[in-house]
Amino acid sequence: MRYLPLTETDRSAMLATIGVDSVDALFRDVPEQARLKGPIAGLSNHMGELAVERHLSRLAAKNVTASSVPFFIGGGAYKHHVPASVDQTLLRGEFLTSYTPYQPEVTQGTLQYLFEFQTQVALLTGMDVANASMYDGATGTAEAVLMAARINKRNKVILSGGLHPHYREVVETTCGVMGMDIRAQAPDWKNAEDLTALIDGETACIVVQTPSLFGHLRDFTALCDAAHAKGTLVIVVVTEVVSLGLLTPPGEMGADIVVCEGQSIGNGLNFGGPYVGLFATRDKYVRQMPGRLCGQTVDADGKRGFVLTLSTREQHIRREKATSNICTNSGLCALAFTIHLSLLGEQGLTKLARVNHANAVTLADKLEAVKGVKIVNDGFFNEFTVKLPKKAAKVLSKLAERGILAGVPVSRFYPEMDGLEDLLLVASTEVNSLEDMDALVRGLEEVL
Amino acid sequence: MAMNNQGRDSTPHAVTVDGEFVTFTGNKALQQEEALIFELDNPGAVGVDLEAPVTTKTRLGGVKTRASVGLPSLAEPDVVRHYTRLSQKNFAIDTTMYPLGSCTMKHNPRLNEKMARLPGFSDIHPLQPVETVQGALELIDQLAHWLKTLTGMPAIAMSPGAGAHGELCGLMSIHAALDARGESHRRRVLVPESAHGTNPATAAFCGFTVDTIPAEENGRVSVEAVKAKLGDDVACIMLTNPNTCGLFEPQIREIADAVHAAGGYFYCDGANYNAIVGRVRPADLGVDAMHINLHKTFSTPHGGGGPGSGPVVLSDALAPYAPLPFVVHGKNGFDLVEQAADAKGAKPFGRLKGFHGQMGMFVRALAYILSHGADGLRQVASDAVLNANYVLASLKDVMSASFDGPCMHEALFDDRFLKGTGVTPLDFAKAMIDEGYHPMTMYFPLVVHGALLIEPTETESKQTLDRFIATMRHLAEKAKAGDLAHFQASPRLTPRKRLDETQAARKPVLRWVKPAVPASAPVGVAQAAE
Amino acid sequence: MTIRFTNDHEWIKLDGDIATVGITDYAQQALGDVVFVEVPEAGRHLTKGKDAAVVESVKAASEVYAPVDGTVVEGNVALADEPSLVNTDPEGAGWFFKMKIKDMAHFEALLDEAAYKSFIAGL
Ligand SMILES: Cc1ncc(COP(=O)(O)O)c(C=O)c1O
Repeated sequence: MRYLPLTETDRSAMLATIGVDSVDALFRDVPEQARLKGPIAGLSNHMGELAVERHLSRLAAKNVTASSVPFFIGGGAYKHHVPASVDQTLLRGEFLTSYTPYQPEVTQGTLQYLFEFQTQVALLTGMDVANASMYDGATGTAEAVLMAARINKRNKVILSGGLHPHYREVVETTCGVMGMDIRAQAPDWKNAEDLTALIDGETACIVVQTPSLFGHLRDFTALCDAAHAKGTLVIVVVTEVVSLGLLTPPGEMGADIVVCEGQSIGNGLNFGGPYVGLFATRDKYVRQMPGRLCGQTVDADGKRGFVLTLSTREQHIRREKATSNICTNSGLCALAFTIHLSLLGEQGLTKLARVNHANAVTLADKLEAVKGVKIVNDGFFNEFTVKLPKKAAKVLSKLAERGILAGVPVSRFYPEMDGLEDLLLVASTEVNSLEDMDALVRGLEEVL
Repeated sequence: MAMNNQGRDSTPHAVTVDGEFVTFTGNKALQQEEALIFELDNPGAVGVDLEAPVTTKTRLGGVKTRASVGLPSLAEPDVVRHYTRLSQKNFAIDTTMYPLGSCTMKHNPRLNEKMARLPGFSDIHPLQPVETVQGALELIDQLAHWLKTLTGMPAIAMSPGAGAHGELCGLMSIHAALDARGESHRRRVLVPESAHGTNPATAAFCGFTVDTIPAEENGRVSVEAVKAKLGDDVACIMLTNPNTCGLFEPQIREIADAVHAAGGYFYCDGANYNAIVGRVRPADLGVDAMHINLHKTFSTPHGGGGPGSGPVVLSDALAPYAPLPFVVHGKNGFDLVEQAADAKGAKPFGRLKGFHGQMGMFVRALAYILSHGADGLRQVASDAVLNANYVLASLKDVMSASFDGPCMHEALFDDRFLKGTGVTPLDFAKAMIDEGYHPMTMYFPLVVHGALLIEPTETESKQTLDRFIATMRHLAEKAKAGDLAHFQASPRLTPRKRLDETQAARKPVLRWVKPAVPASAPVGVAQAAE
Repeated sequence: MTIRFTNDHEWIKLDGDIATVGITDYAQQALGDVVFVEVPEAGRHLTKGKDAAVVESVKAASEVYAPVDGTVVEGNVALADEPSLVNTDPEGAGWFFKMKIKDMAHFEALLDEAAYKSFIAGL
């Protein structure tokens, strides 16, 4: 078997050194009745590379890829073009096949890119510090809520109706089990929500999102002031991180913690994972942060180097008193993010953001010309909500039959809720050509 | 014959390079000094070519735009060189044996990478209509089938993002099951002293209290010690098997029965599943929930810290509480259950992650599983255990083995063999670095003093192991011979010598900040030590 | 000034009715380089044997327990900027907090210097 270097000769020689006559003898601590005598039944035996490739390629071929059709699905994961050099560089074995940088002398490569990643995240979000990544935006948001509660020792959480429903559910699940009082607001598709009145002296934090699930853009400056006046922290979530190339960063609005889904930069759609959670906060809260942190220091010769630091927050040292249980994070996805953002640079990122917005504006203008179609949003970045004269899910399936993946029906997130059936989330990024947009317009005209 | 007057020496002269030789650049040939990406800023350069926006019209609804971000500008060649140079400062499985105990640093097959990059897997959106992602759902279903069959367990939750997240999934299922039984007072979780830090951290994360079970002299957990802690407030035990000392828990069945009899559940930390895959089914050990680190047993790359994937197999008692979403066989092919209302009799405890789990890792793991098959996976466990025992047998006369063999997939030593030498486990590890090995796990598990935990994995050849053993013997003898200075000065040959972690923690510098006056030549030497 | 010790390596010095608390030289040596100290704020009520402060080195975090019941009157703010004082002057400038003791009898019952010395000699 190609991944197993030991030969039968090796095995016999090694058993002799150990002083047993079979490998079975090494499993003597296993209770007799639990020792399987041979390979587990009902499963296939080993296969060559060719056979495995065939098997998996057949499965892959059953899926419709985003690049092969006019594609407008967003809803928390976005189709962007990732430069070839990103993937080629992270495929270097020294990155791909190394572990968490526990031995800094032989992992300066990983440590330095983490330091760069932390800096990039801090710059993008307008915050002081960022950690070395979380699993994804949704888990990062739950961690942010727990962190806020640690800071002000309060128990109530207000979740905006503009928050991505998966994020809401992850917060409800993970913080709910801790006994937190979670007040999720109704879906705010009209962008009418005002959370100020809900904040009281018991509120640990409020969680808001911009662009919101429905694509609305919000300035939270006044909200942050109101929250801070009550000792409440504000967590700002960004699920489309490219928007930060154009819009005011949450840090400038006064956010205390910013959590982003970083997938859009450097990472493919991958059917939902692995992605990378970005997590940033203010200096004064750094000791309450979850996750790994890389810091700068010097080596024995006085040369600059990097190490994992402030580890006493983490599970391997603090155990049940740790700020989080996270261990493995999204290291390689963070590297993809870092390389892609380095390629973009200041000019590239701002331009990419403008191209995204321009494509969305163009599409919105075109869609508005279709009879019965309304754009709900006043403002948006690269995704907006469309109100259709029919059930969005039905329209979407009909368009899918025509080879157009038009967006996400809001009812996929809120199936039981009335009044949302005719809403469709539509995203347009730099990958959408004018022909794609026209195909969507034509398709809609046909099915409506 | 024609004389070649351009002839060059092909045999190097013996040159004595003294330790003080310093190059003009600070580089050491293949070892390049590399500044931070921010210090390489080349204003005006750009690493991507984007087409101009199709319109300058905006619809921002009146919100403000930002002035600048503060990112550096570089062309593609400079970015590629920068990150390639950084990569050269890392040890990795591809370049060296990496016997990091508890981490299962096995070979990461490139076939897995190729398969994960098939557009049919990498270029599909999690919210596409299910009719357009039937192959993806089928792949998840196939992997789930393999993992359930290998472990003998009836159900599985696929969405956890890594091992610790899997622990959370298992404990939340237990939490939900207890609540459903009307036994919400069961909030105590038993965790052996030898457990990985994520175990107590996860229990606390779920609002449970942690009660530590002391370790036995022989590195195992005894059924008596467990029984002494049982009571009607116990939610579950979190037991790692094989445990973090690299030993199979011989009383595991009795422990499971005792916990069950007392009304609790058995959570098994499956980080060390590699030792038993295909040879022992956790279901036969009385397990109620166990996470499987696909990034350990099933060869998905560690990527310098992640991403991972931590599916959790569940017993019948816990299966109804598995989190959303999950794949089911529907009328017209595969379907995805994303809402509790569609869960048909099940009572999912909620959602753990955005979307559906670490698909990219699922593809890699299935590619690995199909490559090995049921026969090959059994051989994986056999060879992993054989390799570890070979290391143990070959080193126990010069290093102090903490427990008598046989061990499972990893061999645990402690620092008794260094007693009186002044050499610490850390010094010993750093000396291994200069010899070209990534050190083993140090100072974990906590139950032995100065732990040195060696996990060779099945993908190391006997030749590699023999060289490793010879090196370890050499270093152990050198330590005993009193060459303390050698160890304390190690490593000498790395891009950086030992780093000052005290300074890093006392005055944390966690990001680059643009200097008031731009630094001149960015050679990475002490300049930014603020 | 009377000084007392605990088995958890804290010292407690009495001056009038105010007691100053810190960790012993033995403890700071065992911890290694101290990188961070969290001291209690004034007004906090402390219960004997319960968490009062946290002291961290790079690879370890330890709770410092209240040696007796009482109320905090002052935390040592100097430790925020200079945690190394715990290493360089553990029983002086490296003090953690000052407290008002609830019951003097509890103070008297702690180890005296000789008893603590013989306690650590046996470790
Ligand atoms: C025994 C054990 N349990 C749990 C974990 C946590 O797994 P992960 O890092 O995937 O979260 C690890 C990983 O290091 C481990 O070794």
